[in-house]
Amino acid sequence: MEFAPKIHFTIPEWVPLLGGTGVTETVTTTWLIMILLTVLGWYSIRVLDEIPGPLQNVVEMFVESIQNLTASSMGPDKLGFAPYMGTLALYILAANLAGLFALRPPTADLNTTMALSFITFISIHYYGMKRKGVTEYFKEFARPMPLILPLNIIGELSTPISLSFRLFGNMLGGVIIMYIVYQLIPFALPVLPHIYFDLFAGVLQTFIFVMLSMVFISLAMD
Amino acid sequence: MQEGNEIIKALFDWISGYDKKTLVLAASAIGAGLAMIAGIGPGIGQGYAAGKGAEAVGRQPEAQGDIIGTMLLGAAVAETTGIYGLIVALILLFANPLVRLLM
Repeated sequence: MEFAPKIHFTIPEWVPLLGGTGVTETVTTTWLIMILLTVLGWYSIRVLDEIPGPLQNVVEMFVESIQNLTASSMGPDKLGFAPYMGTLALYILAANLAGLFALRPPTADLNTTMALSFITFISIHYYGMKRKGVTEYFKEFARPMPLILPLNIIGELSTPISLSFRLFGNMLGGVIIMYIVYQLIPFALPVLPHIYFDLFAGVLQTFIFVMLSMVFISLAMD
Repeated sequence: MQEGNEIIKALFDWISGYDKKTLVLAASAIGAGLAMIAGIGPGIGQGYAAGKGAEAVGRQPEAQGDIIGTMLLGAAVAETTGIYGLIVALILLFANPLVRLLM
């Protein structure tokens, strides 16, 4: 288990429920990202101004592009999903780019990606039922004919698995290849795989995760 | 027929000279390599998507943004099977469930 996240410290035994659990690199890096995003959010609403500064420009651009993306791929009636999608995008982007700062990306851990994709999975079914009504929603599974019911159910259950494994596999593959490159030539050469695996694949996988969440949720609602 | 049996017997003797864990680890390494053959599929699929995307941009350059978004989405879905192969290979290499069966 060379590439499993390192355990930094263990929670003492006397803590109820969590006693004895190891706190891994994934969790500590996630704490760093939480602090970073909280401070960024807190600070960027403090400096709001009529004439936007550089930070406000970037934040406004991000918010607007998320809203445009949501409106164009989910439909204008589902603009309420924009904050969730923006949060998802910010967290996954920060997590994927953590590899640039010599941290292990939290998304290279199946626990993180599974948690994220289960949020999407639950929203798919919750909002599907809310929009269509529970009985109508479950009748959809038996269409076009009842024989196809098991296939539809397996298809629905595979959604969170494929979502989470896509992100996890991409990031873990990046981590392993980076490790091998660092073992091979630890000078100058690792810049190239950093650009590809952290910057390019990180941004692309963020976009894909958010986009697929949007598509799945809006498919279940329409 | 007799010769064939002797060859098989010699091979069997040679293999049983190693302990069980070594054999399972060797077979897992070969299996991990074989699992990565799954990478062929996404390679072809993504190349096809990229080719069609380039064609579409050539025909309609003003719709480039939409085409790239759709293409990336399709490429990501095509990638899934390759990622499954990668996960199987990683499990065989780093979290091997077969070695534990020997204990």
